[in-house]
Amino acid sequence: MEAIEFKVKWGMVINIDKCTGCGACMVACQAENNIAPMVDGSDKRMTLTWMLVYELSNGKPFPEHDIAYLPRPCMQCGKPSCSTVCPVIATTKDEEGGIVSQIYPRCIGCRYCMAACPYHSRYFNWYDPKWPAGMEKTLNISTSVRPRGVVEKCTFCHHRFMYAKEKARYNGEDPMDLPEDAYIPACAEICPTGAIVFGNLNNPEHKVAKLAKSKYAFRLLERLGTDPQVYYYSEREWVRRQGDNYLPHEKTKGE
Amino acid sequence: MAKGKSCVVLPFLIGFVGALIVGWGLFPKLLYSEKAQPIRFSHKVHVEDQGMACDECHTFREDGSFAGIPTTEECAECHAEVMGEDPAEAKFVEEYVNEDREVPWLIYQKQPDNVFFSHIAHQDFDCTTCHPDVGNSDTPPVYYENKISGYSKQTMKMWQCERCHAQNGASNACYVCHK
Repeated sequence: MEAIEFKVKWGMVINIDKCTGCGACMVACQAENNIAPMVDGSDKRMTLTWMLVYELSNGKPFPEHDIAYLPRPCMQCGKPSCSTVCPVIATTKDEEGGIVSQIYPRCIGCRYCMAACPYHSRYFNWYDPKWPAGMEKTLNISTSVRPRGVVEKCTFCHHRFMYAKEKARYNGEDPMDLPEDAYIPACAEICPTGAIVFGNLNNPEHKVAKLAKSKYAFRLLERLGTDPQVYYYSEREWVRRQGDNYLPHEKTKGE
Repeated sequence: MAKGKSCVVLPFLIGFVGALIVGWGLFPKLLYSEKAQPIRFSHKVHVEDQGMACDECHTFREDGSFAGIPTTEECAECHAEVMGEDPAEAKFVEEYVNEDREVPWLIYQKQPDNVFFSHIAHQDFDCTTCHPDVGNSDTPPVYYENKISGYSKQTMKMWQCERCHAQNGASNACYVCHK
């Protein structure tokens, strides 16, 4: 399938060297996107974590031991594996901005997309969402709640893009040429160390466009050809090496 | 021979007419419950008699979102006390302004939870392109509620949105309207 070229391509650069693994992005994401409290948080096959922080280790003993944390949203791939396998067109990549959509009422819960996604970014609703009494008042009106039996994933807080466009229109600006930080997802907003940078990859004035071109920038499993819109940044070679399945004799990208 | 033929046709004709009556007349009556607005709000009094424009009450907020129906507080800027003779106004002041309550207006065009409709993106269109022409009404139209889905009968359907988008060259990508 031919990939669509967009004028606006929202992207993220996550600086792994800045990430402390605090998990604020995960919490912000769950609150922003109406993800109900987990039934059993220890059972990772059943939980919903649109944003998930992984722990990486260089596997060496002390004193060479080193760890890093890798937050993983949906990669919003340029050539998504998920949308091409969806039998009911519930997930597509066709809107300006390049965010992979997920339409819950249309999803039939077959989970082909989950099998296809190489990043495990997609989650299945095993349970009906339930909030403890009173907590339903904290629900975000901007995000629709998903029922049991459908697949969901990170949408780069797409509703915030909608709001940013509305504001631009109100101010008489071009909604397709948003300034830096006019639209950022909840995870990028909350990150206390500023590890997550968000913006338009096609706009050379945006920070992400510069960062993505750095020699320390890499993408996960880049050689699969999914063309993700999420970039990672680390000056540590062993971290960059874990971003793809390198053979021992292969050189790390950027080296 | 002719008699035998009419005996075959007649039951089908009765069935056909019966089905039409049920399908066009009875079933919609059964499916939709008719509701009246809590207050008999007259747009005519405001628009024609007072010369108010639509956007005096139905405003955009500074973040570009649409405020929709004004709050009781905004209505009370004029209606802090009963101004006219209309019993509906007296009821509004008594039950809502004095009690500091919001009126549970029925929204004819209320969209499902997963729809993100941006009014400001459609501001070049007339309101009546999508909304019923309430602006000239003295009594608000009857609200038909679908007993199964709970949605208003007048709610714009997805095919209507899509058709207009296609005709005007706007994108029909899912995330243009959905959230």
